[in-house]
Amino acid sequence: MAIGQSQAPTETVGVMAPPPLAEGPRVPWRRTPEGRARLLGISMFAPAVLYITALIGLPLVLAFVYAFTDVKVGSATSHWVGLENFRSILQSPSFRQALLNSFIFTIVSQVLVIVGSTTLSLALKDKFHGRGFVRFLILLPWVAPISLGAIGWKWILDSLYSVINWVLVALHFYKPYSAPMWLGEPVLAMASVILVHTWRLLPFSTVILLAGLTAIPKDIPEAAEVDGAGFWRILFQINIPMMLPIINVAVLFGIIFTFTDMTVVYILTAGGPFDSTQVLPSLAFFTGILAGDLSQGAAISLFLVPILVVVAYLMLRMAHRAEIT
Amino acid sequence: MQRGMLHTIGSHVARWVVVIVFAVLLAFPFYWMLITTFKKTADLYTLENNPFIFNLPPTLEHLRLLFGQTAYLRWVANTALVGVIVVTITLILALPAAYALTRLTGRWGQPIGIGIFLTYLVPPTLLFIPLSRVVALLNLQDTIWSVVVVYPSFTVPFSVWLLMGFFKSIPRELEDAAMVDGLSRLGAFIKLVVPISLSGILTVVIFTFTLVTQEFVYALTFISPESQQMLGVGVPTFLVRGDVYYWGSLMAACLIASVPIAILYNLFLDRFIAGFTVGAVK
Repeated sequence: MAIGQSQAPTETVGVMAPPPLAEGPRVPWRRTPEGRARLLGISMFAPAVLYITALIGLPLVLAFVYAFTDVKVGSATSHWVGLENFRSILQSPSFRQALLNSFIFTIVSQVLVIVGSTTLSLALKDKFHGRGFVRFLILLPWVAPISLGAIGWKWILDSLYSVINWVLVALHFYKPYSAPMWLGEPVLAMASVILVHTWRLLPFSTVILLAGLTAIPKDIPEAAEVDGAGFWRILFQINIPMMLPIINVAVLFGIIFTFTDMTVVYILTAGGPFDSTQVLPSLAFFTGILAGDLSQGAAISLFLVPILVVVAYLMLRMAHRAEIT
Repeated sequence: MQRGMLHTIGSHVARWVVVIVFAVLLAFPFYWMLITTFKKTADLYTLENNPFIFNLPPTLEHLRLLFGQTAYLRWVANTALVGVIVVTITLILALPAAYALTRLTGRWGQPIGIGIFLTYLVPPTLLFIPLSRVVALLNLQDTIWSVVVVYPSFTVPFSVWLLMGFFKSIPRELEDAAMVDGLSRLGAFIKLVVPISLSGILTVVIFTFTLVTQEFVYALTFISPESQQMLGVGVPTFLVRGDVYYWGSLMAACLIASVPIAILYNLFLDRFIAGFTVGAVK
């Protein structure tokens, strides 16, 4: 393989400047071809890194700073208040409810997404007539803007004109006007929010699993079938174990997209009734932006960080492993 | 033999049942948007009517209201404008960065690339509070320029990652040959690498554009006036007057905005997924 002159010596440049020449004047490393390639490289990726630092790194630091001060919208000055914000939110029933709800929301919807997407991806893995159109239909919830999809659900779950209730009444499960208020009762509202979010993430998880399935050799399950293994045995002892690495990818992204999401809750219930569907991101929004208490809002959103750190760590470990193999 | 055939038929039936049930569940809200769009108001709000059929003749009244008496078209235009500018900024930042990280930075390229990708995981709901203050300081609140500045912070990381995967697949020898022929490294990048990466660039364009249309949290936080709204926030916020939902127009607005984006996204789906699964699928 013909590796360019600029590449081969880079391994040493990466550690230190090249050794000084035995004779003649020392050439500064910046003037060497490797050094110039290195400088060009830095100047090419620096703008992107600076932009990201300014708009992700800096606000991230600010979020931590705000959480320890009493900054409000419109206030010119702010003071260091130590752990005061955390003490006050930990005592707030809304916060405790939101923390609990965030975990319920994430865990239940992820379990549903994984079971659903595993089933669906196995059904979609072989080519069949009309597969392209089916894939388009199945993907709609993920690719359409979620705030608009959620509005569609708000109409489907309407307190009076819900199509679900019309069917339930028509099938005589309920009398007219007595059918459930999907978004008006705490447990039903939570279930609705979870189901709509599952609806939204299922397509994403399915296409990720489909990508993984194409990499699994077909002959192993086929050989097992010839040997007389039944459908369920092949599923649980061969297909699913072989899919595990890609299921991990889907779950890790799914956890992030769920734990940090507020759109579905905001549109469907705005956290209600009585905070029964409030999650950490939506509570941070209502506290920090709508009520203008930036410091408490920031403190609430910081509770997202531990989960993000764990997921990022697991992703790095996975990427590292993939590099070795 | 016969048992084998029954087995095959059984698995075909099972597959179709699974596929149809999921397709119906997942696509139903969009079908519901479609039928609601064309129903007369009196038809929509009569409880005795079967909601699955047209009990009264179809109507265009909701579309007329949407296009004639709301700022819907304005929001579409705002979103398109923001999309175009953010795509431009994203390409200007991400193309050179991805190239440098695959070719010029030696073994530091991959770790920096992964570091950039990880910033994609930092969610808007963690950053929106400090950013609202930054946007206010820059005097950008309540204009589309607030999101123009902020959106590249999540489109650039993913685009760099996608493009790195793309540049890695270009043989190094191509550039080396061009440089032997007298092009500088930068010249080889602009005149050779960029043109042969057009499909990768197109992927980034579509992906960035769909991310812009899907974003909700930042637009909701930074922009309040009706005329400056993005689609995703304007529709759920301003098509509801007081407590009155104009369901026909709302559903039309949701459907019209969703379907074109879905079609675009579908065309490039496999490439986006490759971005999410790099490393895990090989």
